[in-house]
Amino acid sequence: MTGRVASGLVAYVNARLIDPASDLDAPGALLTNGETIADFGPGLFRGGVPSGIEVVDCHGLYLAPGLVDMRVQLREPGEEHKETLRSAGESAVAGGVTSMVCLPNTDPVIDDVATVEFVARRARKIGLAKVYPYAAATKGLDGKELSEMGMLGEAGALAFTDGTKPIRNAQVMRRALAYADTFGAMIVQHPEEPALAEGGVMNEGELATRMGLAGIPAAAEAIILERDMRLLELAGGRYHAAHLSTAEGVEIIRKAKARGLAVTCDTAPPYFALNELAVGDYRTFSKLSPPLRSEEDRQAIIAGLKDGTIDAVASDHAPQDQDSKRQPFALAEFGGVGLETLLAVTLELVHNGHMDLADALALITVAPADILGLPAGHLKVGHAADLILFDPARGWKVDPESFKSKSKNSPFDGRPVQGMVLRTVVDGRTVFCRDG
Amino acid sequence: MEITALLDLADGYVEQNRSVDKRKNLLRGRTVINLFFENSTRTRTSFELAGKRLGADVINMQASASSVQKGESLIDTAMTLNAMHLDVLVVRHPESGAVKLLSEKVNCAVINGGDGSHEHPTQALLDALTIRRRKGGLSGLTVAICGDVLHSRVARSNIHLLNTMGARVRLIGPRTLMPAEVGRMGVEVYHDMRAGLEDVDVVMMLRIQNERMRGTFLPSIREYFHFFGLDYEKLALAKPDAVIMHPGPMNRGVEIDSDVADDVERSLIREQVEMGVAVRMACLDLLTRGLPDTSPTGA
Repeated sequence: MTGRVASGLVAYVNARLIDPASDLDAPGALLTNGETIADFGPGLFRGGVPSGIEVVDCHGLYLAPGLVDMRVQLREPGEEHKETLRSAGESAVAGGVTSMVCLPNTDPVIDDVATVEFVARRARKIGLAKVYPYAAATKGLDGKELSEMGMLGEAGALAFTDGTKPIRNAQVMRRALAYADTFGAMIVQHPEEPALAEGGVMNEGELATRMGLAGIPAAAEAIILERDMRLLELAGGRYHAAHLSTAEGVEIIRKAKARGLAVTCDTAPPYFALNELAVGDYRTFSKLSPPLRSEEDRQAIIAGLKDGTIDAVASDHAPQDQDSKRQPFALAEFGGVGLETLLAVTLELVHNGHMDLADALALITVAPADILGLPAGHLKVGHAADLILFDPARGWKVDPESFKSKSKNSPFDGRPVQGMVLRTVVDGRTVFCRDG
Repeated sequence: MEITALLDLADGYVEQNRSVDKRKNLLRGRTVINLFFENSTRTRTSFELAGKRLGADVINMQASASSVQKGESLIDTAMTLNAMHLDVLVVRHPESGAVKLLSEKVNCAVINGGDGSHEHPTQALLDALTIRRRKGGLSGLTVAICGDVLHSRVARSNIHLLNTMGARVRLIGPRTLMPAEVGRMGVEVYHDMRAGLEDVDVVMMLRIQNERMRGTFLPSIREYFHFFGLDYEKLALAKPDAVIMHPGPMNRGVEIDSDVADDVERSLIREQVEMGVAVRMACLDLLTRGLPDTSPTGA
């Protein structure tokens, strides 16, 4: 037994229990036994906590399932100067994320069983947020030959994707969907037509024209999504579109769902909290892939979140070192860190009156867990005690220098936000605790 | 029923082939040409043996499909052969429908020795004979056909024949190797081999072409073997007396484990080859019965 294994009973009392999966939102208490949830509810410990149980006073704050982040780039193995499994783990638990799913775009690529097992084993040893890998849909992310999806799935790969690259060849996509479906697995697509996006660095439109930067049209997203919906109809299987950014994209998924296709999608906080104006002044921290879009697109993303077209929110955590971002805009890398701002920026949907707290929380807990088939993102007796204690009202200012992530490239740098994680529990162990 | 009559006839030829004197003069004076546009060992050899054991003159023509181009020149070849007054033409061709095209151009009987991914009828007949001799019949049996159904003429012919004879057919393979809407051919489709093999009487493995192994149909040999290769562990889910078949040539360690392929109790693979000659004799026999000019001169 290592010191990292939780033992004994811990009572979280004086909590406001919230579990979007079961519509629970009530004052109460929760008991963990070792690594699992033993009991919870409004009536628990009403007569006091028996002796011998460790007590955590939640001071009336929300006790919720730990966040599930379905799209994170970990950079290890291969680019440890940007992020490591440990620094990402620390960043995750500081942001309340207890389960995260990493993209296969590491070096080596996660396209064989050994690399899947390496990531899982390393993350387990570190013992912070749980890490589940996506594996490559095609070998080497080359878009040509299918990966060994059956064996990779047995080794623990949750789904298959070419990461930040779209699967561009329609025949490969068709067969990837069909082959994955042989094993009941899902294909996750980066929906961006590569030829249209090539050379582009921001949203195509008036602003790009004024700034003299090459644009990526919104149609790049729509074209791939439309094509993929046809392929899904043809090939069967399950499809997930990552980080929707455009109004048209939302509409395509809305119609596909109405037709009964097995499709889900997510978006990331920048696409409902920011628009293309954030790249004004050539701010490379706001250079994301897909690019920040127009205000109309941003509004459409919010509408999609409200009506359930968009199933989940993922951080799209993409750490980049200073040298990658301190460049002329067109030369800078794409991406922003997101693990530590996922909760606070998602809660803007609540503070701005778009949805209630439970619905917003569902987007980053039970919804992604259900898409991926993970036994996480909800409060359930007997399940892993992955929990967060948070204050949805507590304000703070995003200061990347205080991030646990090795990289500081946040598009939300300096933004005043509301909603703070105070404690994060993984498998019954407190792995993060904020003072005060 | 025609199929049953043919199989009964073939049963008799099995006995003849096992006796010392294997030769009959039923087809004396007849000319059989094996026209093969694709490499083949067992089909060509067994047609040749079948013809010779019935006393016919048999000629093998190996035409490579690359030198003899499609379309016009295929028909030219047919016309040329037709002018030689042959009685039976056995044709194998890599393109689906090529045998039918040829048959429209000649006056003799034509036997399809396998065309593209379309049909391989004598294979299905010899498979049926093999099963019938072991199991006593075909009706009510459950037969699993496993592997590359998409590219397989053997699978298509077997689906037709087995369904006609009252057997239940299951297809097992990854979704990338299943043709579109194949479920409408009267089969049950499985993508999990363990589920598909449950309680089957016959396991028919299909050959996987090596060129399918790396690309968008399949990722690798080891993954294919892991999920769709027939080994004893998966075979344990079939009925205890389930038999194993393979049209050959086998890729050992790809679609079938060597131990399973060589299992003397359960593997019928060598028997299939034996039945191949008998079935082809029956085909030649039946097809030449109706032809005019049957006047065997006394010898």
